Amino acid sequence: MSTSTVDLQQDPHGHGDGGHGHDDPHHQHHFTNMEQQFDTSKIGMWLFLATEVLLFGGLFVGFGLMQARFPQQFKEAHEHLQRPLGALNTVVLLISSWTMVMGVLSARTNQRKKLVVYLLLTIFCACIFLGVKYFEYSHKYEEGLLPGHYYSHHGDKIPTVDGANGYATFFSFYFMMTGLHGIHILVGIILLAWIAVRGNRGEFNSNYYTPVDLVGLYWHLVDLIWIYLFPLYYLIT
Amino acid sequence: MAQALTHTDPHLGDRPRPAKNYLNATTGIWSWMTTVDHKRIGVMYLVAVTSAFFLGGMFALLIRLTLLTPSHKLFGKVLIDADTYNRVFTLHGAIMVFLFIIPSVPGSLANFVLPLMLGAKDVAFPRLNLASFYLWCGGAMLAVLSMIFGAVDTGWTFYTPYSTTTQNAVGLMTMAVFTLGFSSIFTGLNFIATTHKLRAPGMGWFDMPLFVWGTYATAIIQVLATPVLGITMVLLALERVFNIGIFDPKIGGDPVLFQHFFWFYSHPAVYIMIVPGMAIISEIIPTFSRKTIFGYKAIAYSSVALALLGFLVWGHHMFVAGQSELATVVFSALTFLVAIPSGVKLFNWLATMYKGNISLETPMLYGISFILLFAIGGLTGIFLGALSTDVHLTDTYFVVAHFHYVMMGGTVIAFIGGVHYWWPKITGRMYSEKWGRIACALVFIGFNMTFLTQFFLGSKGMPRRYYNYLDQYQPLHAFSTFGSWVLGMGLLITAAYLLASLRKPMDAPDNPWGGTTMEWLTSSPPIEHNFEEQPVLEHEPYDYRPKVKKHA
Amino acid sequence: MSEHTLNPKAEAATYLKTLISLLILTAITVAASYVNFGAMNVVVALTIATIKATLVALFFMHLLHDKPVNGLIACAGFLFLGLFLMFTLLDFDSRENPQPFNLHPQVAAPPPAAAPATTPAPAPEHH
Repeated sequence: MSTSTVDLQQDPHGHGDGGHGHDDPHHQHHFTNMEQQFDTSKIGMWLFLATEVLLFGGLFVGFGLMQARFPQQFKEAHEHLQRPLGALNTVVLLISSWTMVMGVLSARTNQRKKLVVYLLLTIFCACIFLGVKYFEYSHKYEEGLLPGHYYSHHGDKIPTVDGANGYATFFSFYFMMTGLHGIHILVGIILLAWIAVRGNRGEFNSNYYTPVDLVGLYWHLVDLIWIYLFPLYYLIT
Repeated sequence: MAQALTHTDPHLGDRPRPAKNYLNATTGIWSWMTTVDHKRIGVMYLVAVTSAFFLGGMFALLIRLTLLTPSHKLFGKVLIDADTYNRVFTLHGAIMVFLFIIPSVPGSLANFVLPLMLGAKDVAFPRLNLASFYLWCGGAMLAVLSMIFGAVDTGWTFYTPYSTTTQNAVGLMTMAVFTLGFSSIFTGLNFIATTHKLRAPGMGWFDMPLFVWGTYATAIIQVLATPVLGITMVLLALERVFNIGIFDPKIGGDPVLFQHFFWFYSHPAVYIMIVPGMAIISEIIPTFSRKTIFGYKAIAYSSVALALLGFLVWGHHMFVAGQSELATVVFSALTFLVAIPSGVKLFNWLATMYKGNISLETPMLYGISFILLFAIGGLTGIFLGALSTDVHLTDTYFVVAHFHYVMMGGTVIAFIGGVHYWWPKITGRMYSEKWGRIACALVFIGFNMTFLTQFFLGSKGMPRRYYNYLDQYQPLHAFSTFGSWVLGMGLLITAAYLLASLRKPMDAPDNPWGGTTMEWLTSSPPIEHNFEEQPVLEHEPYDYRPKVKKHA
Repeated sequence: MSEHTLNPKAEAATYLKTLISLLILTAITVAASYVNFGAMNVVVALTIATIKATLVALFFMHLLHDKPVNGLIACAGFLFLGLFLMFTLLDFDSRENPQPFNLHPQVAAPPPAAAPATTPAPAPEHH
């Protein structure tokens, strides 16, 4: 019989505090202590992030294969994307990741005001990102660079043959992937605002900052996806 | 240290039945709709998936009735036309796969039993558990809406380019599947976290019941594979709306790409279906052989191996679809590899039974049926994995027979066996053993009548999903249809006596079968918080050496 | 609840250093995109992206000091995505006719009427 366990709880009754505070209002009854609860929440969040990797990953795979199918049309379509804007968005998101992790650190060190400031900065960066995206999208709309059968751009070098339009496919993927990413940013903003409100109320401290940590992990994933989106769409020719 | 009741405790079964259990601890429909108790959620899932099973089953009976004669007539009138027939088999498949089989064991039995087996009070994320259930309900409603608004006739596999261009309610069905996918993902997520963090004191990874190992392996697949189904449905929906150009060859897309996307999930999905079934059998066999399981580690590792290897073989659904020869050969070789872990389990179960003290109660009858039927189903999969035979057998009734043997002869049989095994724990009542055995015999005979026949139909060339067929196939079709009536009868009787048992008083003992896993330490039905005191594991899994009192 | 002893100043310094590295790598990848490495373009860009992603995961997401199971889950996600991509590419790269017939030939000038007799009726122009 194995005596080495991953989590040998010393207190099977679940009333001990393990040094983390009796009757913590956030303590859920089926966990033995707050540490177990926190660790479990983290595993749950990482599992969710893995599903997001596979969700977006499917789109990456589709994009890659369509690029192999329409190499010249994709190459030409790339040129409609403005590199400086993409780079700006990359920088903005990286900074927002930094403000986010500084926010988590502030929560862990009981610095309520700093936590709120960093969270607001993160939201601010996110809004800049969305603003730039809006600017990019409206430019695409004006040029007729739209997905699928809404594509109406003139002046493409390679004519469509029997309905096969690599340009339209490129922009379908562009809008799908940046759109799905944008939706994730929006959801992120809502989550960040919620955490900021709770943080302002003083709900987080060195003993309990799980929601901040988990939202942080989500936010970093959103950044991670953009780290791959940016070169694929804006940089590779 | 906790005053834990171990399975050797002589007072086991002597304690008084608690007045309040999880069923009556709180009352009113709102308490059920807002419950975060995994046991209640498991019961709701059980009712939900069983309803889906009966709906899908009715479509199945309609299919068989239509194919009774080549003229499709019943009492002189054509039963359904070809277009309707296409919808019927599509809905049969979609409902059975997405609304019944995939959520069945994880949502109902595993939800109920897993925390109990781990000695935990609940799953890791109880509210997420409830959310999973509501997502199932949402997906079910979308599927029903799809049926109302013209239904779908693409086959449950939604192959392009037909699915991207047809006018039917494909959009609603893709939304349903997307929603159901997330229900499955969250369940898997929950179970992985629960298994990692909520085990009882003294329970290491290799002290866990094999049902937990099976559920854990399934959960890995649910988390990693299902998102790709999600994005596939999104791409399909967007292709229909925007003509993206990814799957439709008319606009430069590749329909085989859709199949890659679809089967990357759907092959691992069949392991989501079978691994929990095998996990149930791994519980039933040692209990009713009163013998320690043979090859505990082999079975545990084989569950995980199935989960992982299952991701590498999806191309075997596409041998004749236009895949490259190289990919075809690679996938075929890997398919042979993935058969090995299943074989490992079969031999270990048989070795467990050998020289065991076997008692043939209904769960064991289903367990033995599983071994026989899954063996047939699995072996016929090998025929299909070999390229030279697959070219002839693909898209014939041989394939239909194969997957019904593994999914129904496998998972459904195991599911019914598990429902019987844990019935006393869930409901506090014993079902009628006499009727259990009668129904099991009817199900077994009816199943084989229906589906063994279809191997012959297929190898003689009868294509699947065909409305019309040559007269020479009629005798076999007719026999298969008669079998479906016997099978249906057996299943109806099962539902009837199980429901009837609910009218009896709650008098089931804590441990009617003499099981050694932790769920038998608590009352039947359990109290709301599962255990009065935190149980501590003090023996090896499936340890039948001390005398375990079995209550009549 | 911290996995290791909390030293806020050191941690803040680590985060800042990570951010600066990420910004530098971004500048590098943008600069590199103006240089034509030929077939290696994709490799260069994705390699830099992966380095950036690893930095975010290890430091911003705390994987370096976290319990191993979380890193394992993260790796599993990418690994299975890689399997999906790899096997699908295996199919596509080894096809004899990678392009559907209605895309041949892909040149700037429209091809002469050499399409096979089985070409379906052309779809209406998109614009």
